[in-house]
Amino acid sequence: MIVELGHFALILALMVAAVQAVLPLWGAQTRNGALMGLAAPAAVAQFLLVAAAFGVLTWAFVVSDFSLAVVTANSHTLKPMLYKISGVWGNHEGSLLLWVLILALFGASAAWFGQNLPAALKARVIAVQGMIGAAFLAFLIFTSNPFWRLQVPPLDGQDLNPLLQDPGLAFHPPFLYLGYVGLSMAFSFAVAALIEGRVDAAWARWVRPWTLAAWIFLTIGIALGSWWAYYELGWGGFWFWDPVENASFMPWLLAAALLHSAIVVEKRESLKSWTILLAIMAFGFSLIGTFIVRSGVITSVHSFASDPERGVFILAILAFFTGGALVLYAARAGAMEAKGLFAMVSRESALVANNILLAVAAFVVFIGTIWPLVAEITSGRSISVGEPFFNAAFTPFFVALAVILPPGAMLAWKRGDLPRALRSLAPVAVLAVALGGLAFALQTGRSALGPVGAMLGAWVVFGALRDLWARTGRSGDRLGRLLRLPRADWGKATAHCGLGVVVFAVAAMNAWAVEDIRVAQLGETFPLGRYEVTLKEVREEPGPNYTSTTAEMVVTRGGAQVAVLHPEKRVYPVQAMPTTEAAIDYGFLRDLYLVIGDPQQGGGWAVRGYVKPFANWLWGGALLMALGGLLSLTDRRYRVAAGARRVPAGVPAE
Amino acid sequence: MSGRAKAWALALALSAVPVFAVQPDEMLADPALEARAREISRSVRCPVCQGESIDDSNARISRDLRIIIRERLVAGDTDQQVLDFLVARYGEFVLFDPPKSGANLILWLAGPAVLLLGGGIAFAAFRRRGKVPEEGLTAEEQARLEEILKR
Repeated sequence: MIVELGHFALILALMVAAVQAVLPLWGAQTRNGALMGLAAPAAVAQFLLVAAAFGVLTWAFVVSDFSLAVVTANSHTLKPMLYKISGVWGNHEGSLLLWVLILALFGASAAWFGQNLPAALKARVIAVQGMIGAAFLAFLIFTSNPFWRLQVPPLDGQDLNPLLQDPGLAFHPPFLYLGYVGLSMAFSFAVAALIEGRVDAAWARWVRPWTLAAWIFLTIGIALGSWWAYYELGWGGFWFWDPVENASFMPWLLAAALLHSAIVVEKRESLKSWTILLAIMAFGFSLIGTFIVRSGVITSVHSFASDPERGVFILAILAFFTGGALVLYAARAGAMEAKGLFAMVSRESALVANNILLAVAAFVVFIGTIWPLVAEITSGRSISVGEPFFNAAFTPFFVALAVILPPGAMLAWKRGDLPRALRSLAPVAVLAVALGGLAFALQTGRSALGPVGAMLGAWVVFGALRDLWARTGRSGDRLGRLLRLPRADWGKATAHCGLGVVVFAVAAMNAWAVEDIRVAQLGETFPLGRYEVTLKEVREEPGPNYTSTTAEMVVTRGGAQVAVLHPEKRVYPVQAMPTTEAAIDYGFLRDLYLVIGDPQQGGGWAVRGYVKPFANWLWGGALLMALGGLLSLTDRRYRVAAGARRVPAGVPAE
Repeated sequence: MSGRAKAWALALALSAVPVFAVQPDEMLADPALEARAREISRSVRCPVCQGESIDDSNARISRDLRIIIRERLVAGDTDQQVLDFLVARYGEFVLFDPPKSGANLILWLAGPAVLLLGGGIAFAAFRRRGKVPEEGLTAEEQARLEEILKR
C-alpha cells in the first residue's frame, strides 16, 4: 500500500510539473499575475510529491520489500543498513529518482529564495525548471519506474554490486547530482532571459550564485569519486578518463567557464550572449552525461543496465532542451548588446582567454569520449580512445590555462597593464622556477613531469597569493586591509590556490609514485621506497555479508614503526565477486598503500605496495577550490540581495 | 547490445575466480623489459571489461594478454611490433591510443582547430567592436584626484 502511495505521488508530481511548465509561462506572456503566481506553489508541491516518492522507495529498501523489482535486484536482507539506504540510488531507477528529486529541489529553491526576482522572470525560470522536471518524470515513470512490482516476490534479493558497498556511494552520487542538476538553474535563467530578450548585471548577479553552488557540488562530487576509486580499486589510480568520469568533467569545465564569464556580465555588462550560450551548453553537457551513463551506447565501468529504449528517450530530452534553447538563442542573441567596451589587454580579455581554453578543453574531452561511437557509425571500425589520448590532447590546454592565470587575474578591468602585472609577478616566477629546480634536484629519475608540475603549481598558488596581497594597496595597514578584503577576493585566491595544488599533486602522483609487486612469505620483510614492510599474518574473518582475508602488515622506517596496516580481500558470496580493500596510511607528504592478493602455489601471498606522494594534496586542492567557491558565494553582494532594498534574502543552496 | 551484455556476464563470471591485476608470477626478471611491458599494457584495453586497461583488469583474458606481451618482448619484439601483434589478433579495439592516421587525425586535430577558431572569432569580434576610447582624466578631475589623495 505504501508503495502504491509513492507511485501515486510520483504520477501526481508529473501532473504538477506539467502545470508548472505551461501556466506560469503563459501568464508571463500575457501579464497575468494569477497565472504567474502559480509557479512558486507548483514548484514546492512538485518537490514535496517527489520527496514523498523518494521517501517511500527508501522505506522499501530499508524494510527489504522484495515485491519491488528494484529492491530485489539491488538489495539483500544481510546488507548493512548504510548500504540499504545508499543502495536506493545505487541503481538506474533509484538514481534517476534522486536526480528528479534534486531537480525539484532546485525548482522549489527558486520559489523560496527568489522573492526579489521580477515576477515575470521568476515565473519563466520556474516554468522552464518545470519543463525539465516533467520530461524527466515522464522518463522515470514510463521507462524506468522504480515502483514496479514483482508478481512473485523472492525470499531474498540479489544484493548490491560489492564495489558499490562503500561509504563512497552514500556521498559521491548525491553531490554529483546536486552539481549536474544545479546547472539546470543556469539553463532556466538563460532560457528565461532569452524569452525576455534582456540580460543585464542584475540577471548575472542572480544566475551566478546558482552556477557557483552547482560548480561547488560538482567539484566535491568529482573529488569524492576520484578518492573512492583511489582507495577502492586496489592500485591507487585516481582518474581514468572513463566516459562517465568525462561526463561529469565536461559540465565541470563549462561551469567553471560560466562562473568566470558571468563575472564579466555582472561587472562590465559584456560577453552577454556568450554567457547565455555557456549556460545552455553547461546543462546540455549534463544531459549528455546522463545519456552516456544511462543509454549504454558507450561502454564504461559506471554503466547502468543498458537499454536502447531509455537511450532514445534521453536523446529526445537532450534534443528538445538543448536544441530548443539553441534555436531560441539564434533568434534572440542579437538583442544582447554589450555595454562595457574593453581593451585587448584587460581583465575581460583574460577571462575570454580563460573561457576559450576551458571550452576547448571540454571539447577535447567530448570528442575523445564520443569518437568510438562516431567511428563505429561512420566506418564500422571498433576503436577505443583512452588515457594516452586524453593525457596528450587535454593537458596542453590546461597547462596554458595555468600559465596565463596569475597575470590574467591581476590585470585591471577595461584596460590592463601587462608589463606591470608581469613585473609584480617576477618574484613569484623566480620562486616557481626555484621550487621546480629543487624538485628536479631531489628526484631520482629524469622525468620532467614532476619538476614542471611543481613549477606550474607554485606559479598558480603564489601568483594567487601575490594578487591578494596586491589588493591591499601600497602602504599603511596592509595586513588589516587584507583581512577586510571582500570574501569574493578571498574566494578567488583560495580557489586558484586549490587549482595550483591540484596541478602539482597530479604531476607528483604520476611522476613519483613507487610501486612494488611481489610474493611475500609470512614473516618476510621487503623494502618499499624508503620503508620496510613485514607481512606478519593473514587470517580469514567473517563480515556481515562477505568473508574477508585480512593481512597484518607492519611498516617501519629505519627500524622505527610507522604504521600497522590491515589490507583485505573480500568475497561477496551473493554476487560471487571479490573486492580488494586497500589499507592506507594517510600522510601529509605521502600515502602508504598496501594491498593483499591471492595465496601463491609455492607458498606466500601476492602483495602490492605503493608510496603515493602528495596524494592528500589532490583532494585537499579540490576542497580548497570548493571552499573558494563557498567564500565567493557568501560574498556580501550575494547576501544582500541584488538591487533590492527589501529583507535580505538568503543565498540559495548553501 | 546483447553482445555487450554477454561480454559483461562473461567478465563477471571470470572475475569470480579471484585473480588480481598484474601478478608477481607474470613479471619479468629484467626490470627494463618489465617496465616496457607495463608501459605497453597500460595502453591496451581489456577486450571483455568495461573500459579498463589490461594492466588494471582482473579478467583472465587480460592476464593472458599481459603474458603474451611479455613473451613477445622476450622474443625481441619492439613495442610497436607487440602492439601490431595484438591488433592483428584482437582488432584496433584493444588500443587505448588510436593510431594517428586516417580519420583519427580529426580526433587529434579537433582541439587545436577549435582553439584557433575560437581565438579567431574572439579576435574578430574584438576588432569589429572597435577601440576603447582613451579615457584620461580632465585637468579638473586630475586636480580633484590629487586633492583627495593628499588628504
